[in-house]
Amino acid sequence: MLSTIRRAVAGSGRQQLRSVGLARLLSSLAILEQRDGKLNDGSLSAVTAAKKLGGSVHAFVAGGNIKSVADQAAKVDGVEKVIAVDNAAYERGLPENYAPLLVENIKKGGYTHVIGGHTAFGKNLLPRVAALLDVQPVSDVIQIEGESTFVRPIYAGNAIATVESTDAIKLLTIRGTAFPAAEASSSSTAAVEAGVDPKAESATEWLSEDLAKSDRPDLSTAGRVVSGGRGLRSKEDFDGLMLPLADAVGAAVGASRAAVDSGFADNSLQVGQTGKVVAPQLYLAVGISGAIQHLAGMKDSKVIAAINKDAEAPIFQVADVGLVGDLFEKVPELTEKLKSA
Amino acid sequence: MSALRILVPVKRVIDYAVKPRVNKAQTGVERAGVKHSLNPFDELSVEESVRIREKKRAPGGVEDIVVFSAGPTKSQDVLRTAMAMGADRAIHVDTTVKGADENAAELEPLVVAKLLQKVVAEEGSNLVILGKQSIDDDAAQTGQMLAGLLGWPQATQASRIEFGGDDAVQVVREVDGGVETLKARLPMIITTDLRLNEPRYATLPNIMKAKKKPLAKKTLADYSLADEAAKKRLNILKVTEPAPRQGGGKVEDVDGLISKLKELGAL
Repeated sequence: MLSTIRRAVAGSGRQQLRSVGLARLLSSLAILEQRDGKLNDGSLSAVTAAKKLGGSVHAFVAGGNIKSVADQAAKVDGVEKVIAVDNAAYERGLPENYAPLLVENIKKGGYTHVIGGHTAFGKNLLPRVAALLDVQPVSDVIQIEGESTFVRPIYAGNAIATVESTDAIKLLTIRGTAFPAAEASSSSTAAVEAGVDPKAESATEWLSEDLAKSDRPDLSTAGRVVSGGRGLRSKEDFDGLMLPLADAVGAAVGASRAAVDSGFADNSLQVGQTGKVVAPQLYLAVGISGAIQHLAGMKDSKVIAAINKDAEAPIFQVADVGLVGDLFEKVPELTEKLKSA
Repeated sequence: MSALRILVPVKRVIDYAVKPRVNKAQTGVERAGVKHSLNPFDELSVEESVRIREKKRAPGGVEDIVVFSAGPTKSQDVLRTAMAMGADRAIHVDTTVKGADENAAELEPLVVAKLLQKVVAEEGSNLVILGKQSIDDDAAQTGQMLAGLLGWPQATQASRIEFGGDDAVQVVREVDGGVETLKARLPMIITTDLRLNEPRYATLPNIMKAKKKPLAKKTLADYSLADEAAKKRLNILKVTEPAPRQGGGKVEDVDGLISKLKELGAL
């Protein structure tokens, strides 16, 4: 289809139609995540990234009873059309059948750009899709400079690479904290269209899940994060000091790898190169030395504060505010003062 | 149950404890004279493969553990390390580009996946265990792409692997917010997460023994992928240092901390 349009454009005066033609030719598919009939609002970052490209933006959702999710996606500002596939086989996002599903819908829609989040779901799925389409995907994009030029961190964020994709279809996973989630618009509702369903079998069976339950804000999207490290010494101390502090600040709880490996905190709380990447308004690091792998996950935070007894800890080189002292004294004092304030 | 023929792709990367520096030409990071080692996630893959054999976890047993690396000649060092940890033999595809620095020897994940697809066919592998990402490019793509090319099931970010009868493999994988458990059948692709195991150190006697283990030396041309590798899908336009963050100095006490945070608008 693309080539037909290109030929038509070439035949009727290329220069004149070029800008119009380009804008039309560019079309993006934003892959949205859902679970149990609820749209994952964080995944709407993909729509924001797609809008930056300037062409038309379609959103893609799949799962069992997808209608409410599709309707919700249709209200999102900038979405022209929602492609929805209602089939419980896609509920768990297993790449073995979800990847062929996406490939069929990408081919049918003739998209030039396909965008998903650099989340557990996106990371698991999109490279498989890319291999089936024979394209080299671009991971963890933090900036879109043009339709084929993207910026991404490498070496745990110690270097920033600008890359140009030469593939016909650009397949991107984006860093959620670099693109604010698109919001619902009051004025428009996009059409919802049923996507093609190739009904590929999944060779993998989903058995169960065990998700950490928490009433606190979600770590990846929280405005404030308090994070504990090895300095906490035990799980009892971690829970006893960090949880009240988090509640006093209205923050999500994070942890360094050392704290997770020592069993103080759950894996899902890990911030860093191998855990979550966060960029809150406030990141308060408690008993965290500041290894480069940890900094990779939080150094884009607006304000970084640190409490550490070692005045030479590398965390103080990036912290906007540092307090040298024993966290077992300072944290309860801070919690008390914030609560009474 | 089939005996396991495990393929473990590994990569030589700048050591995780080294802070990389961008080179003057802004084409990549400085690699000459910088300490390199086995990618930490690949250490986990090697360790897991060796443990599966040692603990006799797979009903059909482990027939063979092959480690594979594509990269500059020095990648053979990390293959020797992997063999000292317990892998049986190694395959190295030398990608050194004459007259260029080591960054030029880097292959894109899609090419690595295509290469591995051919190695799997040649070696008759039925389980490929890769790291979830390499700590240099941070792409986290190769395992999934290989699974796609082969049409095999995949379990990424594994924190536990168990084998059952009838070629069944159960994998607990780390996802946002917790873990999930999947079940598939061999042949399959698994990528490792940090919680999977604690890699062993290679002992001196094992390092000595590893020197005698077979290491096959190949080229991209042997796999008919020289042209594919030369044609970059992603052109690196530039590599820069991230904007430096200025430390804001220290405060004396908790009150100072609170008032500074208020001043900065963070509280």
